[in-house]
Amino acid sequence: MKLTTLMASAALALGFAGGAIADGHEKTKVGFVYVGPVGDGGWTYEHDKGRQAVEAEFGDKVETVFVENVAEGPDSERVMTQMALDGADLIFTTSFGYMDPTNNVAAKFPDVKFEHATGYKRLHPNVSTYSARFYEGRAIQGHIAGNMTKSNIIGYIGSFPIPEVIRGINSAYIHASKVNPDVEFKVIWVYTWFDPAKEADAAKVLIEQGADVVLQHTDSTAPQAAAQEAGNVVTFGQASDMGQYAPFPRVSSIIDDWAPYYIARTRAVMDGTWEQKDTWDGIGPGMVGIGEISDAVPADVKAEALALKDALADGSYHAFTGPLNKQDGSPWLADGETADDGTLAGMNFYVEGIEGEIPQ
Amino acid sequence: MDLSAINPILLIAAMIAAATPILLAAIGELVVERAGVLNLGVEGMMITGAVCGFIIAVNTGSPTVGFIAAAIGGAVLSLLFAFLTQVALANQVASGLALTLFGLGLSALMGQSYVGIKPPRTEATPLGPLADIPVIGPIFFGHDLVVYIGLVIVAGTWATLKFSRAGLILRAVGENHDAAHALGYKVKRIRTAAIMFGGACAGLGGAYISLIRVPQWTEGMTAGVGWIALALVVFASWKPWRVLLGAYLFGGITQLQLNLQGAGVAIPVEYLAMSPYIVTIIVLVILSSDKSRAPGSLGRTFHVSG
Repeated sequence: MKLTTLMASAALALGFAGGAIADGHEKTKVGFVYVGPVGDGGWTYEHDKGRQAVEAEFGDKVETVFVENVAEGPDSERVMTQMALDGADLIFTTSFGYMDPTNNVAAKFPDVKFEHATGYKRLHPNVSTYSARFYEGRAIQGHIAGNMTKSNIIGYIGSFPIPEVIRGINSAYIHASKVNPDVEFKVIWVYTWFDPAKEADAAKVLIEQGADVVLQHTDSTAPQAAAQEAGNVVTFGQASDMGQYAPFPRVSSIIDDWAPYYIARTRAVMDGTWEQKDTWDGIGPGMVGIGEISDAVPADVKAEALALKDALADGSYHAFTGPLNKQDGSPWLADGETADDGTLAGMNFYVEGIEGEIPQ
Repeated sequence: MDLSAINPILLIAAMIAAATPILLAAIGELVVERAGVLNLGVEGMMITGAVCGFIIAVNTGSPTVGFIAAAIGGAVLSLLFAFLTQVALANQVASGLALTLFGLGLSALMGQSYVGIKPPRTEATPLGPLADIPVIGPIFFGHDLVVYIGLVIVAGTWATLKFSRAGLILRAVGENHDAAHALGYKVKRIRTAAIMFGGACAGLGGAYISLIRVPQWTEGMTAGVGWIALALVVFASWKPWRVLLGAYLFGGITQLQLNLQGAGVAIPVEYLAMSPYIVTIIVLVILSSDKSRAPGSLGRTFHVSG
């Protein structure tokens, strides 16, 4: 936790306590727990933009607090407990690894609403989960990557082997191999969401091993810098636009837009209409945005990618449409069949064609 | 599995580059601890060096000036620690932790307008025909100057501690500060100098990450390297060459495991991911089974009247 954050939240907590004693509960207090720094330029940066949107929307009626760089695990439980004790009405916990801590703390504070991002456990009525269908964006990236690779080797920096990341790898692979059957995926797991040096190292290794497209599922812009250094490697912005690396190496991006959801849920708490739910929105409702496809992409590929985006948005096409086999060759989806959300949510297998094993 | 995808020359060159930030930070901390001071603020000094070096390099267009600024930045921040522990006689552990928190916050503040900017490129040291030797050239002679400076600092630290009068005095202060004081040595002055040296080295190591290894500025980008450097000093039994060995082992195996993953080697990824930590610890623990031990006054507050 940054000293500034600590002091700011301490000051806010103090101010809040004073206000609450004077006239009860006047402001709705919304807390955010972040896994990285707000300046990571990716995942946490976008969540913090959502937080700022909540402040802009409700002005004086709302008060937001956040703690950044919170390690997944017991540390996060302590931070959430502190937030709840400080009078937060609604707490967004924004990383997969906060899943159990969120539910543990929710059990202790039944009057506080909890919203956990990218998880699936809702053990108490005051816990909701929300996530975005990032795999729809990965389909578009896969399409562009398959068309643009010359070496036919696509590098993929994985964070942790969890369903969210595996879905992305599968979706990208399916759509890359559709346009380029010779394409090969090299996956490196770095076991961190945010470590610029390690992310850059992983990108360099992939590039040295022949990859000329690098996809990342980590939070910093370090792989973009490594690709820029290499000169002829294509990348995609992850979680945020990463537009400072456009038009090349970054040729497009997946942008997480949490603001509408955060505003809607904050309003629900204010109105007293908050209810537990599981939200999983994609390109259509706007939770997943596709950053501008730059001119480095050939015009026809760009047009196809945009058509794919529209089809995913209006629901006429599903990113996981059969015929698809699992990695071991066993059939998964029949011709024309689409994957159900349950299978996707717990996805722990590669589709046929991807080499290597998923760490268990 | 496709081991042919790994280029051994590039791999070894990358190993050396990956080890350099840890090496610089650890050798600086080694000198600090040999002087009897435990500074847990390595991470904070590294990240401050990273941001100072980045800002100055971007504004002057010269990475060399950036590295000098990084060393100065780290040293200035370490002065705060020196003031707290040597003048105000505060607890070293608490002051060091505070320094890390302070450094992380300060660097985030300083670097706000530098996110997404590309720093000037650091060229390889012009070693002339040496770099053209096949195999050996790209491995040993194709690096930037900081890699060689790191090696020179290790050698210099070893020689100074072992053979010079200054090194003897520094060790005396670290082993028994009361005795050193009784002999007339300026314990606080010597320790402050050691702390500043540690800060400068940590700053250099941080700037190596922001200017060469990544190269960009991102908040919190050192991501724990400072803590690894701290642990390395202990496992290396406060000996410079072992710090070098440990840093190269750690950096090297980190690179190697990424390469093996990329090549699809059939070793479970979990084992690969933990291998740098385990191998480094095992090797250094075996080495330190001799009589080496921590400096006698390590972490103890020195008071003149004591």
